Amino acid sequence: MDRRDFLKHFCWVISSGGVLGGVSADAWARMLNKTYDTTKHYYGMGIDIDKCIGCGRCMEACKTENDVPAVPYYFRTWVERYVIKTDRTVSVNTINMESDEPGDVLVEKDVLRSFFVPKLCNQCDHPPCVQVCPVGATFKTDDGVILVDSKRCIGCRYCIQACPYGARYLHPETRVADKCTFCYHRLVKGLLPVCVEVCPKQARVFGDMKSIASPLGRFTRMNKIHVLKPSLNTDPKVYYANLDGEVN
Amino acid sequence: MKDFFKKLPEQAVRVVTVFIGLVLILLVVWRFILPPELKDHDLQITATVEREVAKEIKYAGAQICGQCHEKEPEIKKVGYHRDLSCESCHGAAQKHVENPTEVKPTSPKKRDYCSYCHKYNSSRPTGFPQINPDRHNPRKPCITCHNPHNPKPPTTPRSCAACHAQIERAKAASYHALIACAVCHTTPEKHKVSPRTVIPTKPDKREFCGKCHDKGSSRKGVPTVDMAAHGEKYVCWQCHYPHTLGGI
Repeated sequence: MDRRDFLKHFCWVISSGGVLGGVSADAWARMLNKTYDTTKHYYGMGIDIDKCIGCGRCMEACKTENDVPAVPYYFRTWVERYVIKTDRTVSVNTINMESDEPGDVLVEKDVLRSFFVPKLCNQCDHPPCVQVCPVGATFKTDDGVILVDSKRCIGCRYCIQACPYGARYLHPETRVADKCTFCYHRLVKGLLPVCVEVCPKQARVFGDMKSIASPLGRFTRMNKIHVLKPSLNTDPKVYYANLDGEVN
Repeated sequence: MKDFFKKLPEQAVRVVTVFIGLVLILLVVWRFILPPELKDHDLQITATVEREVAKEIKYAGAQICGQCHEKEPEIKKVGYHRDLSCESCHGAAQKHVENPTEVKPTSPKKRDYCSYCHKYNSSRPTGFPQINPDRHNPRKPCITCHNPHNPKPPTTPRSCAACHAQIERAKAASYHALIACAVCHTTPEKHKVSPRTVIPTKPDKREFCGKCHDKGSSRKGVPTVDMAAHGEKYVCWQCHYPHTLGGI
């Protein structure tokens, strides 16, 4: 048997073994070509309020990564500073790294509690924004991320009105609705969303709910979890730990 | 047949022609002009996901930095900044990964950058190291004293007040002013370099206070009580806070 014959037989044996083992040529091709399978993932994010230091690195990195306009009115993620005074008045401000916050000067005695709350699109399981879109431009992917088709969106702002979390904005240049995508272009390549990547305190945890060993699984086991506006039955996939009752 | 067409009124022929023309235009638009993803929802989803995935990555992720830079991650992984991703300070570096010689990431050297996290803000969690930039060596760049890859106080603090200034000030006005911290708190030397992992002791028994404040104690000029009758089951510091003025 010369080398050519040997290889021929070898290939034949290998491929027939594959077919016998229940792996079709089609499945082989899929396994080789496609390393990312949307149906195998379901993403969520955990946020620990006790860890956030309000440094705003996530906001800045998000703007860079996703080409969000630099002016402080457009955000895919933002951090709110809650100040609850002893007279039970609550003030909420989105932190602005560029300006010296006048809110900084607090009479400590008057403050009951104060903390930072990072916010972003909750990637709801039952998203109100998808329901209201008149042209079907926004949808949920198999891995649980809500995306906007920027070519079909007509910029009518219905979704911006419908979002109970204020997570969407109208992009001033493209004139279509824009929102957090959990950095979808990074996820499919195995990278973390950029806000999770740069968070200096690991206040943000990202994970796959279909994987047992995901950091998010541990986060939800170890902490008491709250979501924002649970009464709306939107089933948010951003899970908060140590969330104060005043936050909405 | 010809008669049938001739018998038709001219208006009807015109209306039918216009109608057929419109239908033809519609068919042409539907068939040749409309892109397929506008006609099929599944195709639309695939097209949007592809567009989303094709977006440019700007933050390379911390994993890749260590492949070339060996020294810094080694220093960093033992210091307080161990959980900090390289790009949290050095900014988006994907361009640098692709073209290491020509594109260099930023390296913040100004005081403002460290201030994003370390400037005092009453909403930050307690225990997070914060300074008042106006009083803490004004105008001096932070990196003259602190190595950002392994930040530490330049000298090990000698007295407790370096970190626990608030307690020190309160104690100075209290009856316990002349009692050193170490009388009540056994402080391992290591607490000065790793304050979170090695923690000083606190008194845990009534008898500890009783050493001075019991009726039978030999101390002169100290208010004494009958420890057996006073306070019942409560420990002393539930009513008397030892650091404050008057102790109550």
